[in-house]
Amino acid sequence: MESSEEDGGVPLSRMAEWRDVTPLRQDDGPNPVVPITYKEEFRETMDYFRAIYKADERSPRALRLTRRAIHLNPGNYTVWHFRRLVLEALNTDLDEELDFIQRIANSNSKNYQLWHHRRWVIERLGSNARSKELHLIKSILSLDAKNYHAWSHRQWVLQALGGWEDELDYCRQLLEQDIFNNSAWNQRYFVVTRSPFLGGLPAMRASEVRYSVEAIVVNPNNECPWRYLRGLYKDDIESLVNDREILSICLKVINTKSDYIFALKMLLDLLCYGFQPSQELRDAVVALWTSDTRPLDADLATAICDILEHVDSLRASYWIWRKNKLRIAA
Amino acid sequence: MGELAVDKHVQYIVSIDKKKDSFESVVMDHLRMNGAYWGLTTLDLLGKLDSINAGEVVSWTMECQHESGGFSGNIGHDPHILYTLSAVQVLALFNKLDVLDIDKVATYIAGLQNEEGSFSGDMWGEVDTRFSYIAICCLSILRCLDKINVEKAVGYILSCKNLDGGFGCTPGGESHAGQIFCCVGALAITGSLHHVDKDLLGWWLCERQVKSGGLNGRPEKLPDVCYSWWVLSSLIMIDRVHWIDKEKLVKFILDCQDLENGGISDRPDDAVDVFHTYFGVAGLSLLEYPGLKAVDPAYALPVDVINRIFFGR
Repeated sequence: MESSEEDGGVPLSRMAEWRDVTPLRQDDGPNPVVPITYKEEFRETMDYFRAIYKADERSPRALRLTRRAIHLNPGNYTVWHFRRLVLEALNTDLDEELDFIQRIANSNSKNYQLWHHRRWVIERLGSNARSKELHLIKSILSLDAKNYHAWSHRQWVLQALGGWEDELDYCRQLLEQDIFNNSAWNQRYFVVTRSPFLGGLPAMRASEVRYSVEAIVVNPNNECPWRYLRGLYKDDIESLVNDREILSICLKVINTKSDYIFALKMLLDLLCYGFQPSQELRDAVVALWTSDTRPLDADLATAICDILEHVDSLRASYWIWRKNKLRIAA
Repeated sequence: MGELAVDKHVQYIVSIDKKKDSFESVVMDHLRMNGAYWGLTTLDLLGKLDSINAGEVVSWTMECQHESGGFSGNIGHDPHILYTLSAVQVLALFNKLDVLDIDKVATYIAGLQNEEGSFSGDMWGEVDTRFSYIAICCLSILRCLDKINVEKAVGYILSCKNLDGGFGCTPGGESHAGQIFCCVGALAITGSLHHVDKDLLGWWLCERQVKSGGLNGRPEKLPDVCYSWWVLSSLIMIDRVHWIDKEKLVKFILDCQDLENGGISDRPDDAVDVFHTYFGVAGLSLLEYPGLKAVDPAYALPVDVINRIFFGR
């Protein structure tokens, strides 16, 4: 939160414009022990706001006051509400409103009220606001590429106003910066499945599998592309089991003998779906087992569970449960 | 392993209530109803709810109710579904639900349901699965879930289910532990958990545990004490909590305490706040840390409060 940028921080009580208003104090408790200057500005602004709000005064000075109050405390949802009422009453230029929000967006990028207010404005401006909006969201994401509010808003803009054409490429750019960005992977899926220009999941699957595999090669311990791969096959288990590229990457990662947890998990899932492993695959898994005291189980799926219980010990209970489930299924 | 500094945390919460004119308090003025819920529930879980004057809290709460039936975050603010749930929860803690005109509150909430089953936060129309949970939880506590279209509400929540088994804020939104808690909680309360792929979601949730023992809310993010609640309660509701390392999580939460001044922070050595204090203590309760009251994972209230509501006096 910052001190008010407007009016040079001059107290409202000293402005001629506000002479006719009696500020309303919060009726709450004893005076603070150590008030400091900018806290005073905040308290005074809110006292004047309360007066205007109670009087339901929807004037230009009320608009200015809500701006001041928002600068001082952007979390106050009542101030945002009232600002909307005033904007409606005054029929204000909403392009200017976008500029106002943009100025405070950077330091308030996780504020629900700000994003919702932005959406309210965009709804009124329509598709003319589209490219400006997509651009603003990009600038917020450049500061924090996982900002949940920004992504949620971006999805809404795309669906309400369009702009899909460049989105897959935007995801690619973000993933180039950080291949671990789960939000970007999620957005990729969003675009692939919903963009009117790409032909849907079946049309995109092959290239997306290749993309995921490339990401896995670089960082096999990255949760995201593994989940993404699984997601590409949705309910089409048969195609998943028969995808040579997926089998190939599992084998490749397992053979490196490092960062193989997700690869083993994928293989375990495939086995449970009925995949018949080759001898090469079996040998690769067996080679991971380093215990002298205990031989690896003859059943490959069980063996994988044992390995994972050992190397992913934080989730040992999960792997034991998977193993027990195998027995029940057998 | 460290210990839970119960007395310090009680002192911390009680002092927040007293420091109404502190700068922090004034700035958080608009969400005081949430703060009250977090602080009071924590006190109850610690067995110290009587540290607070129930009468004062109840009358202040009722002053926050508007004509529409909804509650605001504080006196002088507009109503919102967020604060309506917190108000009802606060009254439930003090066994004062009978001061409510239940019909009035229920009408407010039912009025926020949209065509396709989703819920808006208030008259301004923001939609989010958080609000679906809030509506369902609140109406369930008030024993009038029939005021809304439950089938459509469930349908909307399911439309927010992602391929990783998780849920986002709106259809297509990234799976996020907070949103997952809301969706799973709502599904649990409406008896619709069979729609959840518990194995798939359970694995996504247990993957939230990182080396330090803490839990994050999404892949490749930092751990935060509040996820000790959202991830944990979700795991419990789908009966998969044994998939995380409980001991390590307990240690993480205890390390987030401010042992000198009381309170719990998001991660070790950060500043404390009542929000994280609540989620830390509630998380410990779910982990069956000794000396704490049991907490209901779906309603986020002490189990004895829930029993009182559903099984009568």
